[in-house]
Amino acid sequence: MSTPNLKPVKSTRQAFGESLVAWGEKNQNIVVLDADLAKSTKSELFMKKFPNRFFEMGISEANMIGAAAGLSFTGKLPFLCSFGCFLTGRYDTIRLSVAYSQANVRLVGTHAGVGIGDDGHSQMGLEDISLMRALPTMGVFQPMDARETELIMDYLVKDWTGPAYLRLTRQNLPNLMPEGTKWEATKIQLIQKGAEAKKKVVAFASGAGTTEAMGAIELLAQSGVSLSVYNVHSLKPFDSAGVTKAIQGADLVISVEDHSVIGGLGSCIAETMAHLTTHPRLVMYGVQDLFGESGEGEELLEKFGISAKAVTRGVMKELGLS
Amino acid sequence: MNRGMISSKELSLIAQDLRGSIIEMITEAKSGHPGGSLSCIDLLTALWFSEMKGVESPSQLSKDRDRFVLSKGHGVPSLYAILARKGFLEKSELMTLRKTGSKLQGHPDRVRMPIVEASTGSLGQGLSVAQGIAMGIKLDGKKERVFCLLGDGEIQEGQIWESAMSASKFKLSNLCAILDANGGQIDGPVSQVMPIEPIADKWKAFGWHVIEIDGHDMTQIQKAYAEFEKLHQSGSEKPVFILARTVKGKGVSFMEGKIEWHGVAPKPDEQTKALAEIQAQTQKIKGAN
Repeated sequence: MSTPNLKPVKSTRQAFGESLVAWGEKNQNIVVLDADLAKSTKSELFMKKFPNRFFEMGISEANMIGAAAGLSFTGKLPFLCSFGCFLTGRYDTIRLSVAYSQANVRLVGTHAGVGIGDDGHSQMGLEDISLMRALPTMGVFQPMDARETELIMDYLVKDWTGPAYLRLTRQNLPNLMPEGTKWEATKIQLIQKGAEAKKKVVAFASGAGTTEAMGAIELLAQSGVSLSVYNVHSLKPFDSAGVTKAIQGADLVISVEDHSVIGGLGSCIAETMAHLTTHPRLVMYGVQDLFGESGEGEELLEKFGISAKAVTRGVMKELGLS
Repeated sequence: MNRGMISSKELSLIAQDLRGSIIEMITEAKSGHPGGSLSCIDLLTALWFSEMKGVESPSQLSKDRDRFVLSKGHGVPSLYAILARKGFLEKSELMTLRKTGSKLQGHPDRVRMPIVEASTGSLGQGLSVAQGIAMGIKLDGKKERVFCLLGDGEIQEGQIWESAMSASKFKLSNLCAILDANGGQIDGPVSQVMPIEPIADKWKAFGWHVIEIDGHDMTQIQKAYAEFEKLHQSGSEKPVFILARTVKGKGVSFMEGKIEWHGVAPKPDEQTKALAEIQAQTQKIKGAN
């Protein structure tokens, strides 16, 4: 595996919108709902192509969630879209009308994390994974790039039954999917194996966090630290067995995510590791119990300690190398 | 008035029988909501025994059936009583209400009991779900209808008005919301807890066709449903809202109009008294022309 080019090329929301159109051709049961953010969530691509199967619900997310549940009870496969924070903010409606009801609904939350930049605190989904993960039977998925978005969409249309949450970025991300490796919908995937080195660090990363973890590889290699990066696109179901295997022999385990460390990917790893008699230390890079703020996306990732540089600094310190 | 095969007198007799079941199951469960179950039972009896199509019995349950969503989920003993009388449940199962392991959950549960179209119990959500079902039916070009029972306290929820707006936008003439306006909610009279009048004007302003009736007068109830059906058939573009004025605890004198009976189960001696009253009223209806 050679280190991929980290130049951002496409947002996962854009890849989602394109995949939705492709699936709309093939699956007549797919209907799409949006709450006045179709341009931003990219569901407008579907709207333009299939206006009869698109429902503009206006700025009323709770009603959109309930209506999507009802549509699913007539055999439709609804994708309902908004910003992650607005959607998951209508928690009680998702809890009862969708999750408890076992509604076959796909909740799509875009504008994940501080990476959205300028719009600031009120528009950033920072607790959405945590909220959705707590709901029984709710699947939670987050792609690291455009290609993985397509793979998850295929899985959510063809193979998943029941409620699921898909978390997407506003900003462009690089293509990170390695050629020729096996991708499984509910398993973690090794996307970069660390080189032989004195100190061995294993990173678990998800969404935009995976780009940052990949960016840390070269920076750490300069100091003799090997970093293996596993991408975690399925936060639930969570591949505990895969994680348990991946951390064998690691000097340090880290998680990297543009989301709160409370209930997010870091928590998933910790919940798995807590069952083991012995395990390496875990350090979580993500939003540390804070609200977001306005700024340039990359600057915010740095400020909140999620950027490749911040992760590198943190790991060096943890290993006593700085 | 006769609609279908069944007269309003026969419907009233069925409703009396169901009132008895409601009292018995809530007494046995030692918890539940008699007030709001009794206030809606006349509305639901007419709906399930003369109006809804495709739900005649388990053997006649149609894929293309009319749908019913009980948005005021705490009124579910009324629905269980109906389902038992129609054979969707064993009569004996009513005595398992709210007990561990029973499919008769304290609030409607569509997973444990698929004839229940929507899981509800957190107020304000059912109308959105009913609307989604209506949208799906309309999208398929089908003719089935969706009925949704709301409580009057329930329409204090903001989500109700979101769905009021959008049902009208999507021209869901196959959707009928029925308001069980019994005037009471847990903390007191609706008019004091959070005033909601003028209800009819509000729903009209949101683009609904509003019909106001006495929710205990079988003839008026049947007429209202017939009006909805006629509008639906005639290509109306409006969802229908039936504002049914009801009495909390209707049919049991010591419960009638009493907020205290919102969520309290009768004691065995109160049950005896209630059942005797229901029985006496049944005889009176039988004797009337």
